[in-house]
Amino acid sequence: MANEQTETVTCRINGIEVTVPRGTRIIEAAEQAGIGIAHYCYHPGLSAPAMCRMCLVEIEGVPKLQPACVTTVAEGNNILTESERARESRKGTLEFYLINHPLDCPICDKSGECRLQDFVHAEGPKHGRLRDAKVVFGQDDFGGNILYDGDRCIMCTRCVRFMREIAKDDLLGVVQRGHRSVIDTFFEQGLDDSPFHTNIVDICPVGALLDKDFLHKARVWDLDHTPSICPNCSQGCNIRIDTRDNLVQRLRPRANPDVNSYWMCDYGRHSYEWMNGTDRIEAPLVRDGDRLVAQNWQPAMLALLERLKERSGTVRVVGSPMLSNEDNGLLARLAQLLGAASQVYRSARAADEVVLPGFPKLARRRELAANGRGLEALGFQRVGDDQAKGGLTSADVLIVLGDELADMPADFGSDASLFVYLGHRLHPAARNAHFVLPVSTFAEQEGTFTNFEGRVQRFWPALQAPPLARPAWQVLGVLLAGLDDGPAPADAANAFLRVGSFFEPFAGLTYEMIGTRGALMNEPVAIGAGGGD
Amino acid sequence: MAYPYRHERETRVLTEAFGDPAARSIEGWKKYGGYEALRKALGMAPNDVIEVVKASGLRGRGGAGFPTGVKWSFMPKDDSRQPHYLLINADESEPGAFKDRELLRWTPHQVIEGALIGAHAIRAKHVYIYMRGEFFEPAQIVGRAIEEAYEAGFAGADIMGSGISIDVTLHLGAGAYICGEETGLMNSLEGRRGQPRVKPPFPAVMGAFSRPTTINNVETVATVPHILRRGAEWYRSMGTEKSPGTKLFNVSGHVVRRGNFELPLGFPLKDLIYDVCGGIRDGRELKAVIPGGSSVPILAASECDINLDYESVAAAGSMLGTASVIVMDDRTDIVKAVRRMVEFYSHESCGQCTPCREGTEWTAKIMRRIEAGEGTMEDLDTLLEIGRNMTGTTICVLSDSCAAPVASSIAKFRDEYMARIRREVPAGALTV
Repeated sequence: MANEQTETVTCRINGIEVTVPRGTRIIEAAEQAGIGIAHYCYHPGLSAPAMCRMCLVEIEGVPKLQPACVTTVAEGNNILTESERARESRKGTLEFYLINHPLDCPICDKSGECRLQDFVHAEGPKHGRLRDAKVVFGQDDFGGNILYDGDRCIMCTRCVRFMREIAKDDLLGVVQRGHRSVIDTFFEQGLDDSPFHTNIVDICPVGALLDKDFLHKARVWDLDHTPSICPNCSQGCNIRIDTRDNLVQRLRPRANPDVNSYWMCDYGRHSYEWMNGTDRIEAPLVRDGDRLVAQNWQPAMLALLERLKERSGTVRVVGSPMLSNEDNGLLARLAQLLGAASQVYRSARAADEVVLPGFPKLARRRELAANGRGLEALGFQRVGDDQAKGGLTSADVLIVLGDELADMPADFGSDASLFVYLGHRLHPAARNAHFVLPVSTFAEQEGTFTNFEGRVQRFWPALQAPPLARPAWQVLGVLLAGLDDGPAPADAANAFLRVGSFFEPFAGLTYEMIGTRGALMNEPVAIGAGGGD
Repeated sequence: MAYPYRHERETRVLTEAFGDPAARSIEGWKKYGGYEALRKALGMAPNDVIEVVKASGLRGRGGAGFPTGVKWSFMPKDDSRQPHYLLINADESEPGAFKDRELLRWTPHQVIEGALIGAHAIRAKHVYIYMRGEFFEPAQIVGRAIEEAYEAGFAGADIMGSGISIDVTLHLGAGAYICGEETGLMNSLEGRRGQPRVKPPFPAVMGAFSRPTTINNVETVATVPHILRRGAEWYRSMGTEKSPGTKLFNVSGHVVRRGNFELPLGFPLKDLIYDVCGGIRDGRELKAVIPGGSSVPILAASECDINLDYESVAAAGSMLGTASVIVMDDRTDIVKAVRRMVEFYSHESCGQCTPCREGTEWTAKIMRRIEAGEGTMEDLDTLLEIGRNMTGTTICVLSDSCAAPVASSIAKFRDEYMARIRREVPAGALTV
């Protein structure tokens, strides 16, 4: 049997020779050869019913066209995706798709990323020849986040199969048959209680399934797409942040077979408004008596360095699991240099994990922050309760990164002789700081998170930070340089290397090694009180 | 005329007991030699049963005409992938077909006996008779016959003391034509939507409940006991070389005598119409014949000098199919008849494949418009092109079946379409 699995077959697709493992489907072999085959019902994460009939290809010597999504490659096959028969078949099938389609692209959210649009523009007929009334279904509220537009639906049943095979929660079905077929929920039972159901919007090849959150919000061609990591739990789902006008419009999953396959949870998907918050700290603030006065970075940093060098007493450091390994790593290095008595972070935790049954590697983890595991590896300890409240104690020297301190009493930190706050918003406790330094959020900078299993994954800047905000690694890197701890890193990649030079779990890793799929930390540390789950 | 009408040119094998209500009971059926073939088959090795059926040349009676023995031989020859299943397709729904219904009504034990022999041949431990939901009376009769067979020890555990156990279950469909397609039937049997499956995997590899499965038509298995009892040579003595044996011809339409007639394959179509069926009703002229149920291309009167066997009908450009002969006289409105057929396929399309889901209804819309006098010349070209795009592009052949009568009727009765388009015929109400 092992022999069978390792055996390969060689075929030609449009004249290009490809060698693939036995059992590979034509559509996958073609992809390997760089040939795209148009399809609707096939999705690599789902079963293939071969019913959209778009991927029919010609195999020399086989009388009928064969569906590339289920037909496996046989030795010596000569497969033609662009033969006249294959092209004519696609053209004919596209006309069938068009005849009842409302062609309401100008008001359709999917317009611009719609596969019907794409394929019809590429090789469909110029006009559908239907002279009769179209079949009309209208719209339906599926509950949860989903609106269904039956007129746009092309009945590929990807959504039905996602709910059945991946969510394993059979809440959608095809009702009726023939041209009266339509997707529906069961009576009044909607999708409300199904925690992964918004994935059906992503996999819908047309505008039949709409996310209420994104409804009429933006034209997709106006969106910028940035690869990123979902920050909302420790799973570390690979995502794409779609932005317009420097605002996050939506989050969408990005395929990574090691982490999230093609999916993400609805909680993570829709928890992005905080990235768009406007009440940001706009400039470095330095205490002058009981006032905080805006200053330029240079005088502020020079003043801070002086105060750091003159410090006395215990030092306590607070990190943030919503910020990168680079940010927290250089903070941890600063804590080492200053001989900090404690190095802590706080994070919210849900009562339970929410596992995706069809891909159980993926779950909305208990830890509702991206980088708890990274912080554990950097020597931080989790404190506080599951609402990320309490647990902090003041000190003579207090350095807080990212934690908003929103729950802390208004006089927290007022007894410190030096209180440095690097963050995004100015809650009352943060106003006690001597130095308030605006830093960028993860979405505004390049960096890495370490997920629950110790996988280090990169993200890229999707938003512009407020003009004077800086990545925390940059601010901390300058402070370290001022304390004669080597040169300040010039970019995030360098900051990461610096972190690796100080902390064994990250040693030897580089951005190149991490790439777009992530890489595991060295000897992942045992999941401690705060890192895992 | 007492049912059934008997014609001297019939060769009555399967239909011998038609009209004799006593044959429905197990005792009555034994008088016709019932269950002797089963006893004989159970004493044979499964492969030997297959060889006999192979030698007889029996071809599947569900429409495709695939050799039954060969089909059985596709099943695993050992028990490594048990349980195997035998499904009896009693979902007869083809417009024009009513042969299986009569076999089930008059000779339920003939079907059960054949099914048990078939199950033994393919080492199946369970037979499902999947019956069309509308077959109320046949369901009652077959249900009672299965109980009788169990009571007599002819079904269930240790049949006739042979040590072989085969269960028989009657399963009623819920009224979808597509559940008569073999893989659609399997889905329906399993409680899923009645939608055909992609092949491969073929049923003998992965059929019902993901197990090796063979599916046979009612008439096919009803023939098997006779072959076992009287031998392959006897069977081959009837019919033609490539289409041996007898076949039920279920004739409907404008003939004097409609009904089931059992005739040797290769019987002349004209003799069937003018002799066996007594000619065209009311002294009219023949206009067209659909020889094998609504799914096959229509034959004009001039093309009807053919013999009714698989090869001859295919040579004439149509198919023998289920041998459900629909005869149309010269008053028949071909456009209306074809439109009515297309409406059927549009209604019965399962809807999974796009060319069928969209194409059947689109075709129906155009046909309705033509019939209503609103058609154009372009519509005919469109119909033909839709038909081409619906042919060979889907998982099963329902969409091909919808396209075939449209294309063949436009080719052969174009003037009738033209008369509609030119409004030379008063637009009729779109009646059923």
